[in-house]
Amino acid sequence: MTTPPGVAERLTSLVGALRAHGMRIGTGETVDAARAVGELGLADRELLREGLAATLLHGAGQRQVFDPVFDLYFPRGVGGPEQRTAGREDLRDRLADALTADDRAMLGRLAIEAVDGFGGYGSSPESDGWSSYQTLERLRPQTLLARVRDNVRGQGGSQGFADRLLEDEVRRRIDVFRALVAAEARRRVAERRGRDEIARRAVAPTADRVDFLFAGQDRLAELRRTVQPLARKLATRLAARRRRASRGTIDLRRTLRGSLSTGGVPMRPVLRRRRPARPELVLLCDVSGSVSGFSDFTMLLVQALHEQFSKVRVFAFVNRIDEVTGLLERGRADPEGLSSRIQGEAAVTGYHGSSDYGMALGEFAERYADAVGSRTTVFVLGDARTNRSDPNLPAVRQIAERARRVHWLNPEQRSRWGTGDSVAPAYAELVAMHECRNARQLSALVARLLPV
Amino acid sequence: MFTSVDDVSARLAETGYLASPAVATTVFLAARLGKPLLVEGPAGVGKTELAKAVATVAGARLVRLQCYEGVDESRALYEWNHAKQLLRISAGRDETWDEARTDIFSEEFLLTRPLLTAIRGDDPKVLLIDETDKADVEVEGLLLEVLSDFQVTVPELGTITATRRPFVVLTSNASRELSEALRRRCLFLHIGFPDEELERRIVRLKVPGLDEALARSVVRVVGALRAMDLRKVPSVAETVDWAHTLLALGAESLDETVVRATLGVLLKHQDDVLKASAKLDLDAL
Repeated sequence: MTTPPGVAERLTSLVGALRAHGMRIGTGETVDAARAVGELGLADRELLREGLAATLLHGAGQRQVFDPVFDLYFPRGVGGPEQRTAGREDLRDRLADALTADDRAMLGRLAIEAVDGFGGYGSSPESDGWSSYQTLERLRPQTLLARVRDNVRGQGGSQGFADRLLEDEVRRRIDVFRALVAAEARRRVAERRGRDEIARRAVAPTADRVDFLFAGQDRLAELRRTVQPLARKLATRLAARRRRASRGTIDLRRTLRGSLSTGGVPMRPVLRRRRPARPELVLLCDVSGSVSGFSDFTMLLVQALHEQFSKVRVFAFVNRIDEVTGLLERGRADPEGLSSRIQGEAAVTGYHGSSDYGMALGEFAERYADAVGSRTTVFVLGDARTNRSDPNLPAVRQIAERARRVHWLNPEQRSRWGTGDSVAPAYAELVAMHECRNARQLSALVARLLPV
Repeated sequence: MFTSVDDVSARLAETGYLASPAVATTVFLAARLGKPLLVEGPAGVGKTELAKAVATVAGARLVRLQCYEGVDESRALYEWNHAKQLLRISAGRDETWDEARTDIFSEEFLLTRPLLTAIRGDDPKVLLIDETDKADVEVEGLLLEVLSDFQVTVPELGTITATRRPFVVLTSNASRELSEALRRRCLFLHIGFPDEELERRIVRLKVPGLDEALARSVVRVVGALRAMDLRKVPSVAETVDWAHTLLALGAESLDETVVRATLGVLLKHQDDVLKASAKLDLDAL
């Protein structure tokens, strides 16, 4: 089967857009995708979507980027719907019906109509652009909740125990509709401005590539949910590394004892087992507003990895430093409120609220000197922006001398180190400093830097 | 093997495996493009079952390699039967060294393990490499060679190439990140939780005695639990277990008492049970 004309071109630009989002897709996969199009045909869009996802993607996390990009390159239709929407109330009525019946296909059609009728902005109804925000503002689908709930109850579709689930279900259906509206608005904008540009700009990156410093509240919550799987992956990798590291020298005594059964010929060399010496870890986290998302995430990750270490101690600071190990342990069930609990229960600020690395590190070297020993690896998390106060380099030198290793993870782009009030280069001369801007970089670093 | 995506769904359904469109499409493509299929997803959504169902549909033998930490070449590929070789040597004492040497490295003394078994012979086979993520990284290297060329080299015998490629399914719970090279060789399929309609059909198929309205409520409650932020959300396997439990208890509809008594079938952590009870208002009595 050959691929239909024009599809090859569209496929390569789809792949180009996905690559621009950091997915590694080789030519081989693109060829497979084209073969898949040949096998599946273009008639059924959802089959095509699954087929391309199967051939192009390598992991489940990529799906949330793939879907909107696919919608742009293989749109459901072109232009607006055939007939104009009658009016807002009419549309809301039909939306309520579709939500009652949970009819996905109908919701999709209504999303198209809604964007067409209420999403256009600019001087003439269809001149400048399309906004999903404006559409949803005018339509207010969330206010249909009570009506849809009563409709479902009225039809006897929900009785007894399951009835109490109804409201949440309707809420989820409304969320589906909102997502459909967003996709449709994106498609309409792309028609006007060129889909390559929209695919690059308007599609959110996967969670592990979100910059810690620019992540909004919802992205941070999403990031936190990646902690557990990430920690498990890292834990297996560390365990494997530890196992490999313990292979090596031959245990002569046990080899000879084992050779008795083969007449003194050492058939099976026995390797010496090393006593598993679990390393200790100390974390110094800047929890001031600007970088709190980053240290928050990292703390949770280390906490999830705690079985790998004999001892983990976590210290938080803004301009004063305090131990928060206990807070982390108690707060395992509720990662969301972690930073506010630290702010509330630990003494991390003194007279003012802005970070002062010199003061905090100095206090650490003084008060908690015994936390750091020859088996301890210290991680410092922060952007090294110390608001023009004294960086207190001797304190860092002192910590670095006592500890086995010190690594500084900096969530800022390397090119910005040393600009403004950043004293990163000065610290980087004393301890190893690494750029660590997103979860992907962090997991690579943690896997590389953590002691075996 | 299959004529269309619908054909895949229909024939898998005959064996009792209800496939979502995504699953059917990917299986169809894997058969058509002759590529291995890497299936990921939470436990209990039917990854292994899929391989079994495909084997049944295709009338193929299922060859299974269960991966675990420490599985190695001799477990996955082949091994020489040393004991039998020793017997052979001591049985033929008066032959020359050359005769004995060529003889003991022949097919007769070869123990084929799953990967080699799947490649040899002309009968149709489905090769299931289960829980690939549990195996060490070295085994992945081994799989790369087998999966890209469908051939295995035994130094004493030469290269054995598949005359008929098996349909390969790899499963993974993503407890370890598989290498990019391995992923590249496979079609990727993520099986998530099914939508409400599909799950209801699965429950009705697996628990035939369950009444339609109750099946509906069961699926809705499970859906609500999955939307909560739990440590371990219930999977399809748990939904089916729950349906069996309710049937055995003779429950005709769901109410607080029944749900509270049987929540342990769905949830496996005490914190989850507490959280779910609070959210579902089970303690309001």
